[in-house]
Amino acid sequence: MKINVAMAQINTVLGNVDRNLEKHLDLIEQARRGGADLITFPELSLTGYALQDLAPAVACHALPADPVFNQLLASSKGIDIQVGFVEEDERNRFYIATAFLSEGEVRHVHHKVYLPTYGFFDEGRFFARGESVRAFDTRFGRVGMLICEDFWHASSPYMLWLDGADLFLFASASPGRGITLPPQGAGPGRTESARWVNDIIRAYAGMFTTFVVHTNRAGFEDGVNFWGGSSAFSPDGEPLVNGVEHAEALVLAELDLGQLHRTRTRLPLLRDERTSLVQREITRITSGKDA
Amino acid sequence: MPDLTIDTNLARKILTDFIRTEITRAGFSRTLLGLSGGLDSALACYLAAEALGPGNVLAVRMPYRTSSPDSLAHAQLVIDALGVETLTIPITDMVEPLFNLHPDMENRRKGNIMARQRMIVLFDQSEVFKGLVLGTGNKTEILLGYSTLYGDSACALNPMGDLYKTQVRQLAKAMGVPEPLIQKPPSADLWSGQTDEGELGFTYAEVDKLLFLLVDQRYTPKECIDEGFEERFVHAVIERIRKSQFKRIMPPIAKLSGRTVGYDFLYLRDWGT
Repeated sequence: MKINVAMAQINTVLGNVDRNLEKHLDLIEQARRGGADLITFPELSLTGYALQDLAPAVACHALPADPVFNQLLASSKGIDIQVGFVEEDERNRFYIATAFLSEGEVRHVHHKVYLPTYGFFDEGRFFARGESVRAFDTRFGRVGMLICEDFWHASSPYMLWLDGADLFLFASASPGRGITLPPQGAGPGRTESARWVNDIIRAYAGMFTTFVVHTNRAGFEDGVNFWGGSSAFSPDGEPLVNGVEHAEALVLAELDLGQLHRTRTRLPLLRDERTSLVQREITRITSGKDA
Repeated sequence: MPDLTIDTNLARKILTDFIRTEITRAGFSRTLLGLSGGLDSALACYLAAEALGPGNVLAVRMPYRTSSPDSLAHAQLVIDALGVETLTIPITDMVEPLFNLHPDMENRRKGNIMARQRMIVLFDQSEVFKGLVLGTGNKTEILLGYSTLYGDSACALNPMGDLYKTQVRQLAKAMGVPEPLIQKPPSADLWSGQTDEGELGFTYAEVDKLLFLLVDQRYTPKECIDEGFEERFVHAVIERIRKSQFKRIMPPIAKLSGRTVGYDFLYLRDWGT
Protein backbone atom coordinates (compact mmCIF):
# COMPACT_ATOMS: atom_id res chain seq x y z
CA MET A 1 0.00 0.00 0.00
CA LYS A 2 1.27 3.43 -0.91
CA ILE A 3 -0.06 6.59 0.68
CA ASN A 4 0.40 10.21 -0.29
CA VAL A 5 1.03 12.61 2.54
CA ALA A 6 0.81 16.40 2.17
CA MET A 7 2.63 18.33 4.88
CA ALA A 8 1.06 21.78 5.15
CA GLN A 9 4.03 23.88 6.17
CA ILE A 10 2.09 27.03 6.92
CA ASN A 11 2.47 30.41 8.56
CA THR A 12 -0.35 31.38 10.91
CA VAL A 13 -2.15 34.50 12.06
CA LEU A 14 -1.43 34.79 15.78
CA GLY A 15 -4.63 34.29 17.72
CA ASN A 16 -7.02 34.44 14.76
CA VAL A 17 -8.61 30.99 14.48
CA ASP A 18 -11.05 32.02 11.72
CA ARG A 19 -8.30 33.16 9.38
CA ASN A 20 -6.22 30.08 10.11
CA LEU A 21 -9.19 27.76 9.66
CA GLU A 22 -9.85 29.28 6.25
CA LYS A 23 -6.27 28.49 5.24
CA HIS A 24 -6.62 24.94 6.56
CA LEU A 25 -9.80 24.33 4.56
CA ASP A 26 -8.21 25.71 1.36
CA LEU A 27 -5.14 23.51 1.74
CA ILE A 28 -7.19 20.43 2.63
CA GLU A 29 -9.15 20.93 -0.59
CA GLN A 30 -5.96 21.53 -2.58
CA ALA A 31 -4.34 18.39 -1.14
CA ARG A 32 -7.44 16.30 -1.78
CA ARG A 33 -7.54 17.44 -5.39
CA GLY A 34 -3.85 16.57 -5.67
CA GLY A 35 -4.54 13.00 -4.56
CA ALA A 36 -3.28 13.19 -0.97
CA ASP A 37 -4.60 10.58 1.47
CA LEU A 38 -3.47 12.51 4.52
CA ILE A 39 -2.70 16.17 5.22
CA THR A 40 -0.67 17.15 8.28
CA PHE A 41 -0.46 20.56 9.91
CA PRO A 42 2.17 21.93 12.34
CA GLU A 43 1.91 22.48 16.09
CA LEU A 44 -0.80 25.00 17.02
CA SER A 45 -1.64 25.42 13.34
CA LEU A 46 -5.11 26.85 14.07
CA THR A 47 -3.87 29.46 16.50
CA GLY A 48 -0.21 30.43 16.12
CA TYR A 49 2.50 29.50 18.58
CA ALA A 50 3.46 32.15 21.17
CA LEU A 51 -0.08 32.63 22.42
CA GLN A 52 0.65 33.68 26.00
CA ASP A 53 -2.57 35.25 27.32
CA LEU A 54 -4.38 34.45 24.06
CA ALA A 55 -4.45 30.72 24.88
CA PRO A 56 -7.87 30.65 26.60
CA ALA A 57 -9.39 32.84 23.89
CA VAL A 58 -8.47 30.49 21.04
CA ALA A 59 -9.24 27.14 22.67
CA CYS A 60 -11.46 24.58 20.90
CA HIS A 61 -12.97 21.21 21.67
CA ALA A 62 -12.26 18.35 19.29
CA LEU A 63 -15.97 17.53 19.06
CA PRO A 64 -18.53 17.66 16.23
CA ALA A 65 -20.41 20.41 18.09
CA ASP A 66 -17.40 22.73 18.08
CA PRO A 67 -17.80 25.36 15.33
CA VAL A 68 -14.18 24.96 14.19
CA PHE A 69 -14.01 21.17 14.35
CA ASN A 70 -17.39 20.94 12.76
CA GLN A 71 -15.91 22.39 9.56
CA LEU A 72 -12.70 20.38 9.74
CA LEU A 73 -14.62 17.15 10.28
CA ALA A 74 -16.85 17.93 7.31
CA SER A 75 -13.75 18.28 5.13
CA SER A 76 -12.18 15.03 6.40
CA LYS A 77 -13.99 12.93 3.79
CA GLY A 78 -11.64 11.15 1.42
CA ILE A 79 -8.64 12.74 3.10
CA ASP A 80 -7.48 12.33 6.68
CA ILE A 81 -6.33 15.38 8.62
CA GLN A 82 -3.87 15.99 11.42
CA VAL A 83 -4.41 19.46 12.88
CA GLY A 84 -2.83 21.50 15.69
CA PHE A 85 -4.90 23.49 18.20
CA VAL A 86 -5.46 24.47 21.82
CA GLU A 87 -7.85 22.12 23.59
CA GLU A 88 -9.75 23.13 26.72
CA ASP A 89 -10.91 20.18 28.79
CA GLU A 90 -14.11 19.92 30.80
CA ARG A 91 -12.33 21.30 33.84
CA ASN A 92 -10.87 24.27 31.95
CA ARG A 93 -7.32 23.16 31.55
CA PHE A 94 -5.66 24.17 28.29
CA TYR A 95 -3.49 21.80 26.28
CA ILE A 96 -1.31 22.07 23.21
CA ALA A 97 -3.07 19.44 21.15
CA THR A 98 -3.08 17.66 17.81
CA ALA A 99 -6.08 15.74 16.49
CA PHE A 100 -6.42 13.08 13.80
CA LEU A 101 -9.64 13.35 11.81
CA SER A 102 -10.96 10.80 9.35
CA GLU A 103 -14.30 10.32 7.58
CA GLY A 104 -16.01 12.89 9.75
CA GLU A 105 -14.74 11.48 13.05
CA VAL A 106 -12.10 12.42 15.57
CA ARG A 107 -9.90 9.32 15.73
CA HIS A 108 -7.39 10.52 18.32
CA VAL A 109 -6.28 13.60 20.22
CA HIS A 110 -2.78 13.90 21.65
CA HIS A 111 -1.96 16.47 24.31
CA LYS A 112 1.66 17.60 24.36
CA VAL A 113 3.27 15.85 27.31
CA TYR A 114 6.55 17.78 27.47
CA LEU A 115 6.10 21.54 27.68
CA PRO A 116 9.44 23.33 27.26
CA THR A 117 9.69 26.07 29.87
CA TYR A 118 13.26 27.28 29.64
CA GLY A 119 15.29 29.70 27.54
CA PHE A 120 13.03 31.16 24.89
CA PHE A 121 10.18 28.73 25.71
CA ASP A 122 7.41 29.41 28.23
CA GLU A 123 4.78 26.77 27.53
CA GLY A 124 4.44 25.44 31.08
CA ARG A 125 3.27 28.86 32.18
CA PHE A 126 0.21 28.78 29.95
CA PHE A 127 -0.60 25.11 29.32
CA ALA A 128 -1.34 21.89 31.17
CA ARG A 129 0.77 18.79 30.48
CA GLY A 130 -0.75 15.88 28.60
CA GLU A 131 -0.88 12.60 30.49
CA SER A 132 -0.69 9.92 27.82
CA VAL A 133 1.25 8.77 24.78
CA ARG A 134 -0.78 6.32 22.73
CA ALA A 135 -0.88 4.90 19.24
CA PHE A 136 -4.20 4.55 17.41
CA ASP A 137 -5.60 2.78 14.38
CA THR A 138 -6.17 4.46 11.05
CA ARG A 139 -6.91 3.25 7.53
CA PHE A 140 -3.13 3.36 6.94
CA GLY A 141 -2.29 1.18 9.92
CA ARG A 142 -1.34 2.19 13.42
CA VAL A 143 -0.15 5.77 13.91
CA GLY A 144 1.40 7.78 16.74
CA MET A 145 1.44 11.56 17.08
CA LEU A 146 3.87 13.74 19.03
CA ILE A 147 4.32 17.49 19.31
CA CYS A 148 7.78 19.07 19.09
CA GLU A 149 9.41 18.79 22.57
CA ASP A 150 7.65 15.42 23.02
CA PHE A 151 10.06 13.84 20.57
CA TRP A 152 13.14 15.30 22.26
CA HIS A 153 12.42 12.69 24.93
CA ALA A 154 13.35 9.34 23.41
CA SER A 155 10.78 7.57 25.59
CA SER A 156 7.88 9.14 23.68
CA PRO A 157 8.55 7.61 20.25
CA TYR A 158 9.76 4.47 22.01
CA MET A 159 6.36 4.05 23.71
CA LEU A 160 4.54 4.69 20.44
CA TRP A 161 6.71 2.07 18.75
CA LEU A 162 5.88 -0.50 21.40
CA ASP A 163 2.22 0.49 21.18
CA GLY A 164 2.23 -0.50 17.53
CA ALA A 165 2.78 2.73 15.61
CA ASP A 166 4.41 2.19 12.21
CA LEU A 167 3.93 5.81 11.20
CA PHE A 168 4.99 8.67 13.46
CA LEU A 169 3.39 12.05 12.78
CA PHE A 170 5.46 14.76 14.42
CA ALA A 171 4.15 18.36 14.48
CA SER A 172 6.35 21.32 15.40
CA ALA A 173 6.61 25.06 15.72
CA SER A 174 10.39 24.96 15.85
CA PRO A 175 12.15 28.32 16.10
CA GLY A 176 15.21 28.72 13.90
CA ARG A 177 18.31 29.51 15.91
CA GLY A 178 22.03 29.17 15.47
CA ILE A 179 23.60 30.46 12.26
CA THR A 180 27.13 29.18 12.63
CA LEU A 181 28.61 27.61 9.55
CA PRO A 182 27.50 23.98 9.27
CA PRO A 183 29.95 21.12 9.75
CA GLN A 184 31.41 19.70 6.55
CA GLY A 185 28.78 17.87 4.54
CA ALA A 186 25.78 19.11 6.54
CA GLY A 187 24.64 21.24 3.63
CA PRO A 188 24.37 25.01 3.51
CA GLY A 189 21.68 27.33 4.68
CA ARG A 190 20.23 25.53 7.71
CA THR A 191 19.87 26.83 11.24
CA GLU A 192 21.39 24.71 13.97
CA SER A 193 17.91 23.88 15.24
CA ALA A 194 16.96 22.53 11.80
CA ARG A 195 20.04 20.31 11.84
CA TRP A 196 19.32 19.01 15.37
CA VAL A 197 15.69 18.19 14.63
CA ASN A 198 16.38 16.45 11.35
CA ASP A 199 19.21 14.44 12.88
CA ILE A 200 17.06 13.07 15.68
CA ILE A 201 13.92 12.32 13.69
CA ARG A 202 16.01 10.58 11.07
CA ALA A 203 17.59 8.53 13.85
CA TYR A 204 14.13 7.53 15.14
CA ALA A 205 13.09 6.35 11.67
CA GLY A 206 16.17 4.16 11.50
CA MET A 207 16.17 2.97 15.13
CA PHE A 208 12.48 2.15 15.19
CA THR A 209 12.32 1.04 11.53
CA THR A 210 9.27 3.27 11.23
CA PHE A 211 8.01 6.02 8.92
CA VAL A 212 8.45 9.51 10.34
CA VAL A 213 6.60 12.54 8.95
CA HIS A 214 7.56 15.86 10.49
CA THR A 215 5.53 19.00 9.78
CA ASN A 216 7.05 22.27 10.94
CA ARG A 217 5.65 25.73 10.50
CA ALA A 218 7.05 28.73 8.64
CA GLY A 219 6.85 32.49 9.19
CA PHE A 220 7.69 34.82 12.05
CA GLU A 221 6.23 35.80 15.40
CA ASP A 222 7.84 39.05 16.54
CA GLY A 223 11.56 38.38 16.03
CA VAL A 224 11.35 34.59 16.02
CA ASN A 225 11.53 32.68 12.75
CA PHE A 226 10.12 29.20 12.19
CA TRP A 227 12.27 27.27 9.74
CA GLY A 228 9.79 25.02 7.93
CA GLY A 229 11.81 22.23 6.31
CA SER A 230 9.11 19.58 6.81
CA SER A 231 10.43 16.13 6.04
CA ALA A 232 9.64 12.44 5.85
CA PHE A 233 11.91 9.46 6.43
CA SER A 234 11.56 5.80 5.51
CA PRO A 235 11.96 2.88 7.95
CA ASP A 236 15.53 2.64 6.64
CA GLY A 237 16.15 6.14 7.96
CA GLU A 238 16.43 7.46 4.42
CA PRO A 239 14.97 10.88 3.61
CA LEU A 240 11.89 10.69 1.38
CA VAL A 241 11.50 14.43 1.11
CA ASN A 242 13.07 17.55 2.58
CA GLY A 243 10.76 20.53 2.25
CA VAL A 244 11.93 24.04 1.49
CA GLU A 245 13.18 25.93 4.54
CA HIS A 246 12.02 29.39 5.67
CA ALA A 247 8.96 29.46 3.40
CA GLU A 248 5.42 28.18 3.30
CA ALA A 249 4.87 25.04 1.24
CA LEU A 250 2.72 22.01 0.72
CA VAL A 251 5.37 19.29 0.96
CA LEU A 252 4.45 15.97 -0.65
CA ALA A 253 5.75 12.52 0.16
CA GLU A 254 4.77 9.06 -1.04
CA LEU A 255 5.06 6.43 1.69
CA ASP A 256 5.35 2.86 0.44
CA LEU A 257 4.11 0.98 3.48
CA GLY A 258 5.52 -2.26 2.03
CA GLN A 259 8.92 -0.93 3.08
CA LEU A 260 8.08 -1.87 6.68
CA HIS A 261 8.07 -5.55 5.71
CA ARG A 262 11.32 -5.28 3.76
CA THR A 263 13.17 -3.24 6.36
CA ARG A 264 12.07 -5.32 9.34
CA THR A 265 13.02 -8.54 7.53
CA ARG A 266 16.51 -7.16 7.08
CA LEU A 267 16.70 -5.48 10.47
CA PRO A 268 14.45 -7.13 13.10
CA LEU A 269 14.99 -4.55 15.84
CA LEU A 270 11.32 -4.60 16.80
CA ARG A 271 11.30 -8.41 17.03
CA ASP A 272 14.35 -8.34 19.29
CA GLU A 273 13.26 -5.50 21.54
CA ARG A 274 13.23 -6.69 25.18
CA THR A 275 10.36 -4.81 26.75
CA SER A 276 10.31 -6.93 29.92
CA LEU A 277 13.95 -6.15 30.52
CA VAL A 278 13.25 -2.44 29.97
CA GLN A 279 10.29 -2.54 32.32
CA ARG A 280 12.28 -4.40 35.00
CA GLU A 281 15.16 -1.95 34.85
CA ILE A 282 12.94 1.15 34.82
CA THR A 283 11.08 -0.20 37.84
CA ARG A 284 14.39 -0.73 39.63
CA ILE A 285 15.74 2.72 38.64
CA THR A 286 12.60 4.63 39.59
CA SER A 287 12.21 2.72 42.87
CA GLY A 288 15.62 4.00 43.94
CA LYS A 289 16.62 0.52 45.10
CA ASP A 290 19.53 -1.38 43.67
CA ALA A 291 18.56 -4.81 42.42
CA MET B 1 39.14 30.83 21.23
CA PRO B 2 35.60 30.83 19.89
CA ASP B 3 34.78 31.07 16.22
CA LEU B 4 32.17 33.72 15.43
CA THR B 5 31.94 32.87 11.75
CA ILE B 6 28.33 32.86 10.55
CA ASP B 7 26.50 31.43 7.57
CA THR B 8 25.98 34.78 5.84
CA ASN B 9 23.56 33.40 3.24
CA LEU B 10 21.31 32.09 5.99
CA ALA B 11 21.52 35.30 8.04
CA ARG B 12 20.71 37.34 4.95
CA LYS B 13 17.68 35.20 4.15
CA ILE B 14 16.28 35.26 7.71
CA LEU B 15 16.88 38.99 8.22
CA THR B 16 15.38 40.11 4.90
CA ASP B 17 12.36 37.85 5.53
CA PHE B 18 12.08 39.33 9.02
CA ILE B 19 12.06 42.92 7.73
CA ARG B 20 9.52 42.18 5.01
CA THR B 21 7.22 40.11 7.23
CA GLU B 22 7.20 42.33 10.27
CA ILE B 23 6.73 45.54 8.30
CA THR B 24 3.94 44.22 6.09
CA ARG B 25 2.02 42.54 8.92
CA ALA B 26 1.97 45.89 10.73
CA GLY B 27 0.25 47.35 7.67
CA PHE B 28 3.25 49.09 6.11
CA SER B 29 5.37 48.48 3.03
CA ARG B 30 8.20 50.93 3.64
CA THR B 31 11.01 51.58 6.05
CA LEU B 32 13.44 54.39 6.84
CA LEU B 33 16.65 54.63 8.75
CA GLY B 34 19.39 57.05 9.70
CA LEU B 35 22.31 56.43 7.35
CA SER B 36 25.40 57.63 9.18
CA GLY B 37 28.11 56.51 6.81
CA GLY B 38 29.11 53.78 9.25
CA LEU B 39 28.93 50.05 8.81
CA ASP B 40 25.86 49.16 10.87
CA SER B 41 23.41 51.50 9.19
CA ALA B 42 24.91 50.63 5.79
CA LEU B 43 24.19 46.94 6.38
CA ALA B 44 20.68 47.74 7.66
CA CYS B 45 20.11 49.73 4.46
CA TYR B 46 21.31 46.84 2.28
CA LEU B 47 19.03 44.41 4.12
CA ALA B 48 16.05 46.78 3.85
CA ALA B 49 16.59 47.43 0.14
CA GLU B 50 16.75 43.70 -0.53
CA ALA B 51 13.70 43.01 1.64
CA LEU B 52 11.38 45.74 0.36
CA GLY B 53 12.93 47.10 -2.83
CA PRO B 54 15.04 50.29 -2.88
CA GLY B 55 12.06 52.51 -3.65
CA ASN B 56 10.52 51.53 -0.32
CA VAL B 57 13.57 52.52 1.71
CA LEU B 58 14.38 56.05 2.82
CA ALA B 59 17.95 56.70 3.97
CA VAL B 60 18.14 59.88 6.02
CA ARG B 61 21.48 61.59 6.52
CA MET B 62 21.53 63.89 9.54
CA PRO B 63 24.94 65.55 9.78
CA TYR B 64 26.04 67.89 12.54
CA ARG B 65 28.50 70.61 11.63
CA THR B 66 31.46 68.71 13.07
CA SER B 67 30.47 65.39 11.47
CA SER B 68 33.29 63.93 9.43
CA PRO B 69 32.95 64.73 5.70
CA ASP B 70 33.80 61.07 5.13
CA SER B 71 30.53 60.12 6.83
CA LEU B 72 28.41 61.93 4.24
CA ALA B 73 30.54 60.58 1.40
CA HIS B 74 30.38 57.01 2.69
CA ALA B 75 26.61 57.25 3.12
CA GLN B 76 26.48 58.46 -0.49
CA LEU B 77 28.32 55.32 -1.63
CA VAL B 78 25.54 53.23 -0.10
CA ILE B 79 22.77 55.39 -1.59
CA ASP B 80 24.37 55.23 -5.04
CA ALA B 81 24.92 51.49 -4.86
CA LEU B 82 21.36 50.69 -3.79
CA GLY B 83 19.27 53.45 -5.39
CA VAL B 84 17.27 53.98 -2.20
CA GLU B 85 15.31 57.15 -1.53
CA THR B 86 17.30 59.75 0.37
CA LEU B 87 17.04 62.93 2.39
CA THR B 88 19.70 65.05 4.07
CA ILE B 89 18.50 66.93 7.13
CA PRO B 90 21.31 68.64 9.10
CA ILE B 91 20.65 68.75 12.83
CA THR B 92 23.06 71.60 13.69
CA ASP B 93 20.36 74.28 13.91
CA MET B 94 18.17 72.00 16.00
CA VAL B 95 20.69 71.03 18.66
CA GLU B 96 22.84 74.15 19.00
CA PRO B 97 20.20 76.28 20.75
CA LEU B 98 20.21 73.67 23.54
CA PHE B 99 24.01 73.45 23.60
CA ASN B 100 24.16 77.25 23.88
CA LEU B 101 21.97 77.24 26.97
CA HIS B 102 24.70 75.23 28.71
CA PRO B 103 28.09 76.50 27.58
CA ASP B 104 29.87 74.02 29.88
CA MET B 105 28.20 71.01 28.25
CA GLU B 106 30.64 68.14 27.74
CA ASN B 107 30.83 65.83 24.75
CA ARG B 108 28.78 63.00 26.19
CA ARG B 109 25.77 65.25 26.83
CA LYS B 110 26.06 66.75 23.38
CA GLY B 111 26.35 63.30 21.84
CA ASN B 112 23.19 62.13 23.59
CA ILE B 113 21.30 65.21 22.45
CA MET B 114 22.41 64.66 18.87
CA ALA B 115 21.40 61.00 18.98
CA ARG B 116 17.97 61.93 20.37
CA GLN B 117 17.52 64.75 17.87
CA ARG B 118 18.17 62.29 15.04
CA MET B 119 15.53 60.03 16.55
CA ILE B 120 13.03 62.93 16.48
CA VAL B 121 13.81 63.64 12.84
CA LEU B 122 13.49 59.97 11.87
CA PHE B 123 10.19 59.39 13.63
CA ASP B 124 8.86 62.59 12.12
CA GLN B 125 9.92 61.46 8.65
CA SER B 126 8.33 58.07 9.27
CA GLU B 127 5.00 59.86 9.32
CA VAL B 128 5.70 61.54 5.98
CA PHE B 129 7.24 58.48 4.28
CA LYS B 130 4.64 56.15 5.80
CA GLY B 131 7.31 53.72 6.86
CA LEU B 132 8.60 52.13 10.05
CA VAL B 133 11.94 53.14 11.55
CA LEU B 134 14.53 50.41 11.18
CA GLY B 135 17.01 49.87 14.01
CA THR B 136 20.70 49.48 13.32
CA GLY B 137 22.02 48.44 16.75
CA ASN B 138 24.18 45.31 16.95
CA LYS B 139 24.48 42.73 19.73
CA THR B 140 27.81 44.05 20.96
CA GLU B 141 26.57 47.57 21.56
CA ILE B 142 23.27 46.36 23.01
CA LEU B 143 25.06 44.14 25.54
CA LEU B 144 27.59 46.83 26.42
CA GLY B 145 24.91 49.51 26.59
CA TYR B 146 26.92 51.52 24.08
CA SER B 147 24.03 53.56 22.74
CA THR B 148 21.80 56.46 23.68
CA LEU B 149 18.52 55.42 25.28
CA TYR B 150 15.63 56.80 23.17
CA GLY B 151 18.26 58.01 20.74
CA ASP B 152 20.02 55.74 18.26
CA SER B 153 18.50 52.71 19.98
CA ALA B 154 14.92 53.84 19.25
CA CYS B 155 13.27 51.96 16.40
CA ALA B 156 10.21 49.97 15.36
CA LEU B 157 12.17 46.81 14.62
CA ASN B 158 15.78 45.75 14.72
CA PRO B 159 17.15 43.18 12.27
CA MET B 160 20.75 43.26 13.53
CA GLY B 161 20.52 43.09 17.30
CA ASP B 162 21.55 39.42 17.45
CA LEU B 163 24.73 39.89 15.38
CA TYR B 164 27.99 40.83 17.05
CA LYS B 165 29.94 43.66 15.44
CA THR B 166 32.42 41.23 13.89
CA GLN B 167 29.47 39.30 12.44
CA VAL B 168 27.97 42.53 11.09
CA ARG B 169 31.25 42.97 9.24
CA GLN B 170 31.03 39.44 7.78
CA LEU B 171 27.48 39.96 6.56
CA ALA B 172 28.29 43.44 5.22
CA LYS B 173 31.14 41.99 3.17
CA ALA B 174 28.93 39.20 1.85
CA MET B 175 26.25 41.70 0.79
CA GLY B 176 28.71 43.97 -1.00
CA VAL B 177 28.75 46.98 1.32
CA PRO B 178 31.46 49.32 -0.10
CA GLU B 179 34.95 48.49 1.11
CA PRO B 180 35.80 51.89 2.71
CA LEU B 181 32.93 51.36 5.18
CA ILE B 182 34.14 47.88 6.08
CA GLN B 183 37.74 49.01 6.53
CA LYS B 184 37.35 52.21 8.56
CA PRO B 185 37.44 52.15 12.37
CA PRO B 186 33.91 52.12 13.87
CA SER B 187 32.85 55.52 15.25
CA ALA B 188 29.68 57.17 16.49
CA ASP B 189 31.13 60.36 14.94
CA LEU B 190 29.60 62.47 17.69
CA TRP B 191 32.81 64.45 18.03
CA SER B 192 35.95 64.75 15.98
CA GLY B 193 38.36 61.84 16.30
CA GLN B 194 35.98 59.68 18.34
CA THR B 195 36.29 55.94 17.77
CA ASP B 196 34.27 53.19 19.45
CA GLU B 197 37.31 51.15 20.33
CA GLY B 198 39.12 54.20 21.73
CA GLU B 199 36.15 55.07 23.89
CA LEU B 200 35.41 51.52 25.03
CA GLY B 201 39.04 50.72 25.74
CA PHE B 202 39.09 47.42 23.90
CA THR B 203 38.60 46.11 20.38
CA TYR B 204 35.45 44.57 18.97
CA ALA B 205 37.44 41.51 17.95
CA GLU B 206 38.37 40.92 21.61
CA VAL B 207 35.10 41.81 23.26
CA ASP B 208 32.95 39.91 20.77
CA LYS B 209 34.78 36.69 21.56
CA LEU B 210 34.36 37.28 25.28
CA LEU B 211 30.67 38.17 24.93
CA PHE B 212 30.11 35.10 22.79
CA LEU B 213 31.52 32.89 25.56
CA LEU B 214 29.72 34.70 28.38
CA VAL B 215 26.35 35.16 26.75
CA ASP B 216 25.91 32.64 23.95
CA GLN B 217 27.95 29.80 25.44
CA ARG B 218 27.11 30.55 29.11
CA TYR B 219 30.73 30.35 30.29
CA THR B 220 31.42 31.42 33.87
CA PRO B 221 33.82 34.35 34.37
CA LYS B 222 36.44 31.89 35.61
CA GLU B 223 36.08 29.75 32.51
CA CYS B 224 36.59 32.86 30.35
CA ILE B 225 39.77 33.67 32.28
CA ASP B 226 40.92 30.07 31.82
CA GLU B 227 40.34 30.53 28.10
CA GLY B 228 42.94 33.30 28.14
CA PHE B 229 41.01 36.53 28.73
CA GLU B 230 42.51 38.98 31.24
CA GLU B 231 40.71 38.90 34.56
CA ARG B 232 40.27 42.69 34.71
CA PHE B 233 38.82 42.77 31.21
CA VAL B 234 36.35 39.97 31.97
CA HIS B 235 35.05 41.69 35.10
CA ALA B 236 34.87 45.10 33.44
CA VAL B 237 32.75 43.72 30.61
CA ILE B 238 30.43 41.82 32.98
CA GLU B 239 29.95 44.99 35.00
CA ARG B 240 29.16 46.96 31.86
CA ILE B 241 26.51 44.41 30.91
CA ARG B 242 24.97 44.51 34.38
CA LYS B 243 24.93 48.28 34.62
CA SER B 244 23.28 48.72 31.24
CA GLN B 245 20.46 46.23 31.76
CA PHE B 246 18.02 49.15 32.11
CA LYS B 247 18.62 49.99 28.46
CA ARG B 248 17.50 46.56 27.33
CA ILE B 249 14.09 46.37 28.98
CA MET B 250 10.97 48.49 29.16
CA PRO B 251 10.83 50.72 32.27
CA PRO B 252 9.38 48.75 35.19
CA ILE B 253 5.79 49.54 36.07
CA ALA B 254 4.98 49.58 39.78
CA LYS B 255 2.58 46.70 40.25
CA LEU B 256 -0.61 47.57 42.11
CA SER B 257 -3.41 45.62 40.47
CA GLY B 258 -3.99 41.95 39.81
CA ARG B 259 -3.13 42.31 36.15
CA THR B 260 -0.36 44.63 35.09
CA VAL B 261 1.14 45.38 31.70
CA GLY B 262 4.44 43.58 31.38
CA TYR B 263 3.93 41.13 34.27
CA ASP B 264 0.70 39.30 33.69
CA PHE B 265 -0.75 40.99 30.63
CA LEU B 266 1.25 39.12 28.06
CA TYR B 267 0.84 39.32 24.30
CA LEU B 268 3.33 39.42 21.45
CA ARG B 269 3.46 42.56 19.37
CA ASP B 270 2.28 40.45 16.44
CA TRP B 271 -0.98 39.71 18.27
CA GLY B 272 -3.75 39.21 15.69
CA THR B 273 -1.49 39.48 12.63
